[in-house]
Amino acid sequence: MSHDEINRLAAERPDFAAIAAWIPKGATVLDLGCGDGSLLRYLKETRSVKGYGVEINDLDIVSCLVNGVNVIQNDLDSGLADFEDNAFDFVILSQTLQATRHTEALVKEMLRVGREGIVSFPNFGHWLNRAQIMAGRMPVSRTLPYQWYDTPNVHLCTLHDFEAFCRRCAVDITARSVMMGEREIKLLPNLLGNTAVYRFQSGI
Amino acid sequence: MSDSVGIVTAQCARFDTPLTFSSGAVLPRYELMYETYGELNAARSNAILICHALSGHHHVAGVYADDEKNVGWWDNMVGPGKPIDTNKFFVVGLNNLGGCHGSTGPSSIDQATGQPYGSSFPMVTVEDWVASQARLADLLGIKRFAAVIGGSLGGMQALQWSLAYPERVANVLAIASAPRLTAQNIAFNDVARNAILTDPDFHGGNYYQHGVVPTRGLRLARMLGHITYLSDDVMADKFGRELRDGKYNYGYDVEFQIESYLRYQGDKFAAYFDANTYLLMTKALDYFDPAHLSGGDLNKAFARAQADFLVVSFTTDWRFSPQRSREIVQPLLHNRRNVSYAEITSAHGHDSFLMPHPHYFDVVRAYLNNVAKECA
Repeated sequence: MSHDEINRLAAERPDFAAIAAWIPKGATVLDLGCGDGSLLRYLKETRSVKGYGVEINDLDIVSCLVNGVNVIQNDLDSGLADFEDNAFDFVILSQTLQATRHTEALVKEMLRVGREGIVSFPNFGHWLNRAQIMAGRMPVSRTLPYQWYDTPNVHLCTLHDFEAFCRRCAVDITARSVMMGEREIKLLPNLLGNTAVYRFQSGI
Repeated sequence: MSDSVGIVTAQCARFDTPLTFSSGAVLPRYELMYETYGELNAARSNAILICHALSGHHHVAGVYADDEKNVGWWDNMVGPGKPIDTNKFFVVGLNNLGGCHGSTGPSSIDQATGQPYGSSFPMVTVEDWVASQARLADLLGIKRFAAVIGGSLGGMQALQWSLAYPERVANVLAIASAPRLTAQNIAFNDVARNAILTDPDFHGGNYYQHGVVPTRGLRLARMLGHITYLSDDVMADKFGRELRDGKYNYGYDVEFQIESYLRYQGDKFAAYFDANTYLLMTKALDYFDPAHLSGGDLNKAFARAQADFLVVSFTTDWRFSPQRSREIVQPLLHNRRNVSYAEITSAHGHDSFLMPHPHYFDVVRAYLNNVAKECA
């Protein structure tokens, strides 16, 4: 992958650079809902990770193979039974959390097969979403590009929601990065950030 | 047809170095029939070996000059511009030892006695096949295959390559296969074998001398096998409860269309396939278990592998179900091999691996395109 391509990916998906920043070189990574394998390819190039993706979509499986990344076709909602306990340094759920059905069970599975978890998701609390709801419509934006009737997103949440969820599930958040585009948001993140990235581990 | 390898010629490789089988039996000399398609590059790095399943052989692609209707069994997959692209790869197909398509097998003449081997032909295992295939590779000057590819029993051979000769295979494609058979699968094989073994024309495997063939047994074996290679849905779609005469005849002749189809398939197969070969092939399937010497632990067994893997299964395949393919993937993950797994939605059961299917072909093509780049 060329430098241009790496930069293009980083610009298109600002959470990629935030995720990569937490991953040491040579780590083992499992990317759940890996799509076309872009993140794994990015991490392979920038962090020399040994990575595997899990994806259910047929076209994405082919794209992963074209991208030269390992991909296992499987339904995340049926669990991660193919993977052993503590098999990976990191288990990543990038822009997928909101589309999973059994979210709590999946987060627990992430921390069974991985020592640490990383999730990124669109922040439903972003002011643009709030404004659209205030105006009486379901939010549609760059990070939430779907209409209410065709969205795969069944479990949208805000930063506050996710943090409360982690407390309830005894999951320790060890780092957080909130973005608006490529810019990191420090002030009023739940209002001004459109993408949240969390790093966490088991609190028990 | 521009996407066919065209007219091909079968070749015969002769080996005079004795081969010791897993069972301890020794074959002093043997022959292997093979075909090749495409060009071996100067670095000899673009070779692909195709391992066949139960009833396959060396005629993988193309046609014969004197028999243009005899199209290779995987012609939809192998050819110029096809998923296994002969413009990029040098593809080798062979008939396995013990086969009945020209390679030394039970129906061949044993030079020591002047009679067909029959029951004296050694029991052959997947390990033995791979050892003989490695000798063929030596003969062709191939030190390392870019890929070894097989479906079903062929997939087991591809897996065995990665264990027996880790440094001689860069990629393994195991399609509709299993790391070892389940009890149910062995049970099907045993019923098939019993059909042959109990045929009065079997004569303990030496039927050649009696001028007969255990056709009834072989036919039953194939009928049973065929049922297990199709899915319930495909049979329902294709035949349903359709009657040949449109009414019940209250007898045991063919009435339902499925009966007619199965009998036709059985007859066709029994007319050309050797019963002893069928016995050997099913036994090789049953015996294969890379972990049988390591306490049943597949994780340990696959620790030797160095190849990258593509594992493919089909949703309606119940003879070699997706779960069996995942059992291949798990030890590879455990050993941190590069591995990808695709589960193809297909209606055709185990036979799916031989059928043209756009997504299946895209998966194989995408994987092999990267292999081609590596060995170019």
